[in-house]
This record gives sequence, structure tokens and C-alpha cells, in this order.
Amino acid sequence: MSNFDLDTTAVRKLNQYLHQTPADKVVVDKPGGRHSIAVGLDASVDITINGHVGYYCGGMNKLATIRIHGNAGPGVAENMMSGTMDISGSASQYAGASAHGGTLIIRGDASSRCGISMKGVDIIVAGSVGHMSAFMAQTGNLVICGDAGDHLGDSLYEAVIYIRGSVGELGADCIEKEMTAEHVQKLAALLHTAGLDHVLTDFRRYGSARKLYHFDIDHADEY
Amino acid sequence: MIDKRALKESATFPANVLAEIHRAADQGIYDIRGFGAKREVPCFDDLLFLGASMSRYPLEGYREKCATNVTLGTRFASKPIELDIPITIAGMSFGSLGANAKESLGLAATMMGTSTTTGDGGMTSEERESSKTLVYQVLPSRYGLNPDDLRRADALEVVVGQGAKPGGGGMLLGQKITERVAGMRDLPEGIDQRSACRHPDWTGPDDLKIKIQELREITDYEKPIYVKIGATRVTYDVTLAVKSGADVVVVDGMQGGTAATQDVFIEHVGIPTLPAVRLAVDALKELDMHREVQLIISGGIRNGADAAKALAMGADAVSIGSAAMVALGCNRNAWVEDYEKIGTLPGYCHHCHTGACPVGVATQTPELEARLRPQQGALWLRNYLSTMVLEMQTLARACGKSHVLNLEPEDLVAMTIEAAAMARLPLAGTNWIPGSN
Repeated sequence: MSNFDLDTTAVRKLNQYLHQTPADKVVVDKPGGRHSIAVGLDASVDITINGHVGYYCGGMNKLATIRIHGNAGPGVAENMMSGTMDISGSASQYAGASAHGGTLIIRGDASSRCGISMKGVDIIVAGSVGHMSAFMAQTGNLVICGDAGDHLGDSLYEAVIYIRGSVGELGADCIEKEMTAEHVQKLAALLHTAGLDHVLTDFRRYGSARKLYHFDIDHADEY
Repeated sequence: MIDKRALKESATFPANVLAEIHRAADQGIYDIRGFGAKREVPCFDDLLFLGASMSRYPLEGYREKCATNVTLGTRFASKPIELDIPITIAGMSFGSLGANAKESLGLAATMMGTSTTTGDGGMTSEERESSKTLVYQVLPSRYGLNPDDLRRADALEVVVGQGAKPGGGGMLLGQKITERVAGMRDLPEGIDQRSACRHPDWTGPDDLKIKIQELREITDYEKPIYVKIGATRVTYDVTLAVKSGADVVVVDGMQGGTAATQDVFIEHVGIPTLPAVRLAVDALKELDMHREVQLIISGGIRNGADAAKALAMGADAVSIGSAAMVALGCNRNAWVEDYEKIGTLPGYCHHCHTGACPVGVATQTPELEARLRPQQGALWLRNYLSTMVLEMQTLARACGKSHVLNLEPEDLVAMTIEAAAMARLPLAGTNWIPGSN
């Protein structure tokens, strides 16, 4: 195991260490809201961060498991490829932006644009998400156990949204869809991954109406 | 019998305006097309070199050395880019261009010792293998973006905007979204794809500074980081790019090309390349960063004279996109029937958006793509780049310069009042710079 205290060690040193041959377990103390902590990992290392992190924690992560005991700043897990990020607190804007894979668990709330442009990641939010979440989301799953702000799923492609609470005004081309047995099964697996226990029938599914997939004068008001 | 001399076309409603109104009435949606602005704008043709005379000695052509090399990314990156020539190949996506075209660009750039650039669709193995020096774009869409490609790139380019459409995102119409293109972009096949116009995880210069820091952390501070902007509020944008930590700033004027954008956007947004160079250089000088942060200029660069004039005005390099495509055969007078099928003729084609490129450059259709063999394309582009370099050296030697980067504003005058005002150069035969004093 390796320990880093970011009050006395620069983030650069930590990332440099993590890019070489890190120990199986790494503990980071006193992150103090610093930016770009544990970015660009490419190893199945287990990282625990004790405290709040700034922008882009775990950005472009591959393989690593990163646990944050605190809140996360904007763009946590941005463009993640694989691995797991688990945040005990809440996440700021653009959590999981354009993430291609892996699992992002937010145990508090997520701010606006959670899952924006997501490309295959699974995001599970125990609380609520802000406005414009899953904006232009391409593939992957976004599970929201609380409520969603306005314009959920605006300009959505093939990503799937599961939500338990209320939804504000829906975004352009986002519609409620049937919860098939297959979707219930998928939702159950996602909740299980995050260790969350909810009544599955409380969730509804949202997806793309696919009306904006081709330029069409009859949909001009949506553009 | 109609007397044609008595027919008077309206200056307000000439034939092409009438045709556009009729088209809009038929279709009810804006015209989407490729290529760059077609309107006439003040440009490098409006400038002249003064050449050497009594007060300056010219260099002997072919005998005295005139160097062309340039180093990009000297500010923060531990591995700056060394190029043999100050002409780079601009970002064009695999998707908008076929794989053969991308490979041609890479092969030619490598032969000439310069760089090529990915585009809004990620990096293909063909272009990585064919390009000795490859710049990897980080775009708002983030299509295909991944840390492995980030690390195997030689430099990164954060794209804020593009000259053809500053403030707009990319488009790729369904006919070009083949299985491979869709797979690289994580999109359904055959849809009309609209790329985002804003980055998903940052807004504004304060965020960009942190974003650039993250990219440096991921790549261990090795790669030069460029910031590309479409020419609009150039003074502010260049200043903010430098403040955000860019190693290189790329400024793309409104003549810059696109694969598919609304015609109204191409023709009516952004400023020409000529004033953009002046504003960018002034902004860098104001910050005492001229030559510290390198400046690449693009948007309608067509020959060695354009490139030499951009350098004389203070750019460190130029970048070509449309011109490189033309070298590969774009608008070449061949397969005329295929041009006609898409409603155009050689010389007028801007139909990159259709995917039915008659010369096999901007297409994903295998039969059309086969018309451009990568080795042939590379040879054409290499020859064209060589010509540009020889032209630049000819002009630089005539001005007495042993390196093309030694060209200076003093070597230039303007032929029109507009160009003089925009470039801040004296009108030829006068010492008048409109707008100063």
C-alpha cells in the first residue's frame, strides 16, 4: 500500500507515480479540492481518496477503482473508459461527461449535465440530478434514484435513463418508454452494482424518440 | 424575339439569390454544404512583398540557404514538435474524409517533415501509422477520444472553434455514417449527426486552464497543447488561450473549410484570415508572448505567397485543409457525370456533405474511395507542399531573408484600403495605415 498526503506532495507526483507501476492499493489524504487527482490511470489499482476533490478527478480512467470519501468537483470521471468510481458525497457539474465505459456511482446528488455526452458508461446516482442531465447522451445507462431537473435527456441518442423520482420538463426528443423485462433486469443489475436496494417497479425508463436522427422540416421547432 | 440587352438583373436579387429562395421554399430548411466561404473577402492577395533593393540585399536563389524549419510547443511541453516546413495539415475527420484520403495526408506530411491532424471522429490506425507527427484533437463531441490515442499522439489540440463556423458544432449527414464511422463515434449508423458546439466538461477560460492542466497530467507534461479558435473576437480569444496555458494557438479564419455546415453560417459568421493574423499577433505581443506561444494561421491558405505573407505578419506556421484536399483531387476535372449526379460541376463542387465525392476524397463509399489511391494522393500533396515551400523561399530570398520566419511586416504593403486597415500595413506607395493616427 502507498500513502500520499496532498498537503505535502504535489498532485503531479501522485499522478506520475500512478502512471508508472503503482502498488495495488493507494490511499490519498488531504486532497483539499485539488484538481486532476488520479487522472489517466491505466492499471487495476484500488485508490481511496479521503476528502473532497476538485475538477476532473479520475479523468479518462482505465481499469482503476477510485473511491472518493467526500464530494467531487466538476467533470468527475470525465471520459472514463473502464473501472469504477464511487463517490460517497455529491458531484458537481458534468459528472461522467463523455465517459466511454466503466461504472460511476454517486451516493449523494449530482449537479447539472450529469452524464452529458456519455458514450457507454453506467452512472448510478443515489440522489437527484440537476438540469440537462444526459444531454446528447449516446450510449450507456443513467440510473437516478431521486429526481431529475428540467430538460432531462435533451437530444438523446441511444443511452437509457432509469428514474425513480420526479422529472421536470423533458428535453427535446426524450420520451418515456416501456419498462420491459429486459430493462428491469438491467436496472436490477445496476442497482446491485451500487449496493442500492429499491423497488424496481418504482422506476420509469426514458429514451430517445429518434425524431431528430434525420433533419426534417416537421421537427424544425426541436432544433 | 426578346432583346436580351434590355433584360436587367436585380443587384439585390441576382440569379443565385433567386435560386436559394426557390430552394428554401421547396425544402423549408437551411442549405447544408461543405467547403468554406465563397464570398469575396480581403485576403493575402491584397498584399505585396517589397523585395530587396538598394537598402537590402537579396539572397541568391538556389545558392544561399533559406531555412524553413519551425519548432512548436516550446512553452511548457517537454517534447516540442520539430517541423521541417511551416505548413501543417489541418484537422479533418475520418468520417468527413475517407480512410484513403487520411492516409494520403499522413504519408505526404511525413515525406515533407510536417504534421497532420485528426478530426471530429477520433484517430484511425491508418493515419497514426502514416503520420510521423500527428496532432490529436480534443473536440466538444469527444467522439472516439481515449487516453491511449492521447498518449500516442505527438501533440494535442483543444478545439474551441473553427473558422467556417465559429460557435457551431460539426455535422455529418447520415449517408457518411457507415458502420466503421458509427462505431468510432458510438452513434447509430445512418443518422444525421450533430456534434456539440460546447465542450461537455468546461465553459470559459478559467475552466479551460484546469482542463489543459488535466491533459498535461494525463500525458505527463510531454505533449504540446494547442488551442484552436475560429476567428471572431481574436484579441480576447488569443489572450485567453495564452492565459489558459496553451503552448500553441491556432487561429482559423472564415475562409476555412468544413465538411458540412449551414451555408448561412459559413458565409456570415467570423472574420477573414487577414485581419485575424494581425489581431492574433498583436494580442501575443501585448502579452509579451510572441514566438513564446507559437501561432498557426489557417483559413484559405492556397500557395507559398499566402503562407509567406502570414509568416511575415507574425505567424509561426500556417495550416492547410481545403487546399490539401484540392491537391488530392477535390474539384478535379474528371468523372464529370458523377459531379452532375449531385447537381454540380468540377470547379464548383462543395458537396462534401453528400458523401458522394466524385474524386474519392470526402466519401465513405468504397467504389468512390477507390478512386484515390493513398500513394498517388500522397505524391500529389507532397508535390504541392514542395511547390509551396519553394514559393515561400523564393519570396523570402527576394526579401533578403535566410529563414522564412525572418520575414517581417516591413516587407509588406497593401494594395487596397480595406487590406491596409485590416492588416495594419501601409497602403502601397504611401505611409498611410488606415485606422492608425
